Amino acid sequence: MDLAGLTVKAAHELLKSRQVTSRELTEAVLRRIESVDDKTKAYVTVTSDIALRQADAADKRIASGDAAPLTGIPIAIKDNMCTRGVLTTCSSRILYNYKPVYDATVVERLAAVNAVMVGKTNLDEFAMGSSTENSGFFASRNPWDTEKAPGGSSGGSASAVAADECLAALGSDTGGSIRQPASFCGVTGMKPTYGRVSRYGLVAFASSLDQIGPITKDVTDTALLLNVISGKDPRDSTSLDVPVPDYTKSLAPDVKGIKIGVPKELFGMGTAPEVASAVWDAVKLLAGLGAEWKETSTPSVEYGLPVYYIIAPSEASSNLARYDGVRYGLRSKDSPDPITMLMKTREEGFGAEVKQRIMIGTYALSAGYYDAYYLKAQKVRTLLRRDIERAFEEFDVLVTPTSPTVAFGLGERVDDPLAMKLSDVCTIPANLAGIPAISVPCGFHNGLPIGLQIMAPGLGEEIALRVAYAFEQNTDYHKQKPNL
Amino acid sequence: MQEYEPIIGMEVHAELLTESKMFCGCTAEFGGEPNTRCCPVCLGLPGSLPVINVKAVQYVVKAALALNCSITPNSIFHRKNYFYPDLPKGYQISQYGDTPIGQHGWVQITVNGATKKIAIRRVHLEEDTGKLLHVEGDRSHIDYNRGGVPLMEIVTQNPPPPGLDQIQSAEEAKEYLVRLRAILTYIGVNDGKLEEGSLRCEPNISLRPVGQIEFGVKTELKNLNSFRAVLRGIEYELERQEKVLLKGGKIVHETRRWDDVRGATASMRSKEFEQEYRYFPEPDLTPLRFDAQWVEEQRKALPELPDQRKRRFIEELGIPEYDAEILTDSRPMAEFFEEAVKLSADAKSVSNWMMGDLLRLLNATGTEMEQSKLTPSHLTEMLNLIGKGTISGKIAKTVFEEMFGTGRRASEIVEKLGLTQITDESELIPIINQVLDENPRIVQDVLGGKDKSLAFLVGQTMRYTKGRANPPLVNRLLRERLESRR
Repeated sequence: MDLAGLTVKAAHELLKSRQVTSRELTEAVLRRIESVDDKTKAYVTVTSDIALRQADAADKRIASGDAAPLTGIPIAIKDNMCTRGVLTTCSSRILYNYKPVYDATVVERLAAVNAVMVGKTNLDEFAMGSSTENSGFFASRNPWDTEKAPGGSSGGSASAVAADECLAALGSDTGGSIRQPASFCGVTGMKPTYGRVSRYGLVAFASSLDQIGPITKDVTDTALLLNVISGKDPRDSTSLDVPVPDYTKSLAPDVKGIKIGVPKELFGMGTAPEVASAVWDAVKLLAGLGAEWKETSTPSVEYGLPVYYIIAPSEASSNLARYDGVRYGLRSKDSPDPITMLMKTREEGFGAEVKQRIMIGTYALSAGYYDAYYLKAQKVRTLLRRDIERAFEEFDVLVTPTSPTVAFGLGERVDDPLAMKLSDVCTIPANLAGIPAISVPCGFHNGLPIGLQIMAPGLGEEIALRVAYAFEQNTDYHKQKPNL
Repeated sequence: MQEYEPIIGMEVHAELLTESKMFCGCTAEFGGEPNTRCCPVCLGLPGSLPVINVKAVQYVVKAALALNCSITPNSIFHRKNYFYPDLPKGYQISQYGDTPIGQHGWVQITVNGATKKIAIRRVHLEEDTGKLLHVEGDRSHIDYNRGGVPLMEIVTQNPPPPGLDQIQSAEEAKEYLVRLRAILTYIGVNDGKLEEGSLRCEPNISLRPVGQIEFGVKTELKNLNSFRAVLRGIEYELERQEKVLLKGGKIVHETRRWDDVRGATASMRSKEFEQEYRYFPEPDLTPLRFDAQWVEEQRKALPELPDQRKRRFIEELGIPEYDAEILTDSRPMAEFFEEAVKLSADAKSVSNWMMGDLLRLLNATGTEMEQSKLTPSHLTEMLNLIGKGTISGKIAKTVFEEMFGTGRRASEIVEKLGLTQITDESELIPIINQVLDENPRIVQDVLGGKDKSLAFLVGQTMRYTKGRANPPLVNRLLRERLESRR
């Protein structure tokens, strides 16, 4: 049996019925990493020893008759979530040697149900990018075509899930960093409502936009992971104190009477015809299952990109100020004084994209420009949020492409930052509005996956999951595997 | 010659007496081995997030209310961004702009009989930084124990709104700080220790030609660790600025450090270029929303404040305003007074002893009231001994000093040192006879009508009795004995 190729749900059934042990499952995943990771470059750190130790502990728990849905399941963690004693680099040279003294809340929650951590996955440095090419170490690759980008910034996690180098993974999403790579790699990825999942221990990029979420092989697995990682955390003031439902309960392949809005603005900006037609096919399929759909207009989403590229860099310029070489991480050698040390450390430690965003953010927050940039962007953000809320008065979900195109070639957009950033145009509005959005595979073009994005109102994860599940159960895109 | 008038602004930082830090559970207590009172949050480790200490917020609300401020219903935190090794996140969480917790208040001061209401612009909450320790050679160490301790900032408003005043002399600045400290210690949010830096004051000082409306260029003073330093530092700076201006020079916008030993200020760093702090709302925290009813409850729960207490001392206990002001400057002082009055009922003599001998001894020994060995019952017991005639007022001064120094009771001291007043005639008569025998010429003078010389004979008697003789008795007996020698 191809153990590494299992879904979380399928693996859980085998573990629970004692047909497979977590050790066998974990060893299979580690072997898979061994054999394909030099092609996908998904991992920054593989934690084999920890994984096997955790697998044995999980097997004991399962033997005692207490097998939670994630017990013994090999999971990958994006390398911007703190793992106690295990390198957490954010794929940045400035944190090349950084081992946190504490676990992120999501890592703690996975450990509490005895999930198994197989490793830490690659990302665009500090999650800034859409291709994982901005990693300070190496670019990850798309398992469907290793000359293509896996998307980003959670490219390592998406690539690992698609290549069966783990059963599921955690990513983080600030402007599409879970959904766009999930779309590029033909897997399922969800950004929950802002505040649904604790950010404690997620190394901050843009605090008001960052959210952790699952990247999985199907919608059921997304619900299973969401069940474990969601919920109020007293250590994160922005986490929501709202009860967590059992998300697997919303997995009914029934969309009768569900109202789907299709925002026309999000088809306009550089959407490839093959992507548009796959998404329209998806809408029609859902309509065939009894859903109602209508084209709609949310004009302010067109400002999503510029607003995002003011707010995110502004917050980032402040969040990244702590990397000064004083307490941890890289420290530039032989500086005559602390200020020179700080400047040289940051010069040597940060990559070009990170430096550019720090400079943009610093500029936008400066006294003379604050009102014109940061404050204006916040006002437009409010308008955009209202526009989207208004749309949800009429519709249960909004459906768009996840990305305007399928995966682009490695290196293809490195010198075209605008084109690179345009690949997030459909995903950014959900971050600005703080609403949940899921991406599921909805077709292929030239052998590369296309993603369907389903957005729901704040705390509407259940309806998004339900529509995604109904679509998935009536298609087999999610069952297709890349040849590696 | 051009005349100038001073304008003084006060920026006061008060460490709050909360058990834990502003945004984490670490202890906020002073001291400890370096870097043992830290956690991922106050060290600003990647991924950590702040959580507001509700107690600290409540303390600032109480302080703001006690300072006659209005409470901002929707108060938000900001990030103040700058790089410094003692600032682990590269920004300080503070409050900027028009949404501090408290705004538009005042503090009443009385200087030389004139009363002023000093306008307060804002009262806000922020976190303290770590501490840089310069060690030998070119190395520095950093202690983050203090990092994240809740800090309240109170800023005066210049020019003041109608009906309120601004500080215009060193004396007023000192008095403002005295009353502010009194208020903060009364409500128990700060320990008022200028020497330890838990209450820090940074005045900014400028001069303008009399009649001019615009303010002159200001300098900011640091390192004022006592009320005396506040007074001397500002006075020095005002004189320095005046000299510069009279010579036609220009004041440089800068921070200057007061040197208590040299008695002078020296430039620390220029502020010619406005620091760019890139303030923006802290996205990791949600706004503080104050419910009007809750604020009212906080107001009602405030203890009696220094000014209220002062009025009560004047009106109910008949204490002069000046004395009442001083007695209410510190909570331990006022409580000592009230306790003593409760025990003895004679407010005026309690006040006299406190204003005189007690204050003198506290100042001379550098002792804080709350550390003093002297208790209210010490004082009232001694007042009883005076009242009963056991000791004279003069001897009482010695007794008081002894009580202050040792903490022993008055009766014990009187007995041990043999200080009891001599009121027995048969004990005094032989001494008086001796004095008269030894001074025949003075005796003749007095008998000849030179009454003033009697004082000398009284003095001699007191000398022989080491001051223990009851003065009225000595007077009477001397006159009787003199008559018999006529």
